Amino acid sequence: MEPAVELIDAHKRYGPVEALHGVNVTIGPGELVAMLGPNGAGKTTAISLMLGLRRPTAGTARLFGMDPTERRARSRCGVMLQESGVLQQLRVSELVDLYRSYYPAPMPAERALALAGLEEVASRPSSRLSGGQRQRLYYALAVCGDPDVLFLDEPTVGMDVEGRRAFLEGIREFASAGKTIVLTTHYLEEADQLAERVVVVDRGVVIADAALEAIKSQVAGRRIRFRAPDLTPETFAGLPVRGLELGEGRARMLSNEPEEVLRALFGRGVEIRELEVAGADLEEAFLSLTSHHDSDLEEPVA
Amino acid sequence: MSTAAVRPSVAPVPRMLLAQTRAQLLNYLRIPAFTLTSLLLPIMFFTFFGLPQAHNRLPNGQSVGPYLLASFAAYCVSSVMVYNFGIGVATRRGMKQDLLERATPLPPAVSLAANVLVAILFALGCTLALFAFAIVVGGVRVSPGTGLSIVARALLGSVPLIALGMAIGYSSGPNAAPAIANLIYLPMSFASGLFIPVQFLPSLFQKIAPVLPTYHYAQLTWDALGQASESLGTAALALAGWTVVLLVVAVRVYQLDQRRKFS
Repeated sequence: MEPAVELIDAHKRYGPVEALHGVNVTIGPGELVAMLGPNGAGKTTAISLMLGLRRPTAGTARLFGMDPTERRARSRCGVMLQESGVLQQLRVSELVDLYRSYYPAPMPAERALALAGLEEVASRPSSRLSGGQRQRLYYALAVCGDPDVLFLDEPTVGMDVEGRRAFLEGIREFASAGKTIVLTTHYLEEADQLAERVVVVDRGVVIADAALEAIKSQVAGRRIRFRAPDLTPETFAGLPVRGLELGEGRARMLSNEPEEVLRALFGRGVEIRELEVAGADLEEAFLSLTSHHDSDLEEPVA
Repeated sequence: MSTAAVRPSVAPVPRMLLAQTRAQLLNYLRIPAFTLTSLLLPIMFFTFFGLPQAHNRLPNGQSVGPYLLASFAAYCVSSVMVYNFGIGVATRRGMKQDLLERATPLPPAVSLAANVLVAILFALGCTLALFAFAIVVGGVRVSPGTGLSIVARALLGSVPLIALGMAIGYSSGPNAAPAIANLIYLPMSFASGLFIPVQFLPSLFQKIAPVLPTYHYAQLTWDALGQASESLGTAALALAGWTVVLLVVAVRVYQLDQRRKFS
């Protein structure tokens, strides 16, 4: 089947800054993909290229096999951008109707409002929406054309936990009709709720592209810190740790099996003091992926 | 697969244009500060500058009323073009409305066409109000044919002013745009004789006037009364020249803006 979205060896340079260097991503119809990465990793740039909002400096971007700026390609995708705005004085329902007019076979306005949970504020001017409502309005505008592909660039910014969950639920519902979803986020939980496949981007390159479960098992989940005398890298030989940092009697590492690591260290007679084990944030987890490439993660999912 | 075959691949342009025009018009109409200013400012200026003179007669015995009405109609339409495009575009850019719109299937040309239609509707509304005021309150007498001719000429000749508006809108932010538009446009229309006939302006302005686009623009409306001070051909040629210059500037700043965001 023809891929929905393709980036082929895509490079993007903004002046002296190279935001993407050689990104290859192919997304098939019906895939639910999360692009994960720390801020500034190049997620938004990658989405902009997929959408044709920006042009690759080198390489190719294709939407349904077409140039992404083509109207026929655009007519099959809906978008939530990080930076956007709408006519301030228009009511929510009027904006949904306006955006429906851009698409060849839009869904009924009521359905778009329902999917976004905006029924109660449908007659409110967009200038009087709260941050979370505004995000949901952008979501309604993204889905109202009943697109085949939905691009969501950090869609839950400004939402509280409850709102975020309900929102992701709505996206799942929309996606169940065989839609393709490309979501960028820096929350692993968000990818966890929505995606089947995760593409991890860091410093302009794809460092991992695999099924969600595979990524979750590879991303080091816990951070271990302690003090101990006479530490050398050999102390940690064979242990399931990543991103090991040693210095001045301190040790710092990431691991998915902190208990095992600690048991082994005690067994090796390391005198551990000031032990700290905490959840690693995603940024750290990504750093561990960057510093230790795992070859089995680079294989694309079938 | 069957749905893909049946469903059209793009939305019809007339439907988009209609929806876009309606949306933009509604958006403006709900900003009373903007709508009322567009509507009342020409009437206010006409009251200050036009009414006191409206019943004077020219040496040839013609009333100056219609001449002044034509001048203010030119002011009316040109100000709508400069401000709608100047402030309107700058505001849309400032609010980042252009970013999301750009990601939709709406072709930029359709969006621009909707802008033009909205500006024309605004200009018609403003001139209609001005004419009604001048005729009812000011006692100015113009035949319907002449009145229509004035409005049609003012609309047709307004392309360089749209370009001026776009040049301002794409080069300045939403806060600066109104000030810049005023700073360029108000002195220009004053010096072109839109408020006070050129022959009554200080001699410095009389020398500057023929360089200005609004001067030649107003000649189109004065010509509808047979009271232009240059031939229609000269006015059209000068306006065409200004159109080229201002369009080049507008397209240039537009491209710079687009390149920054979308390249």
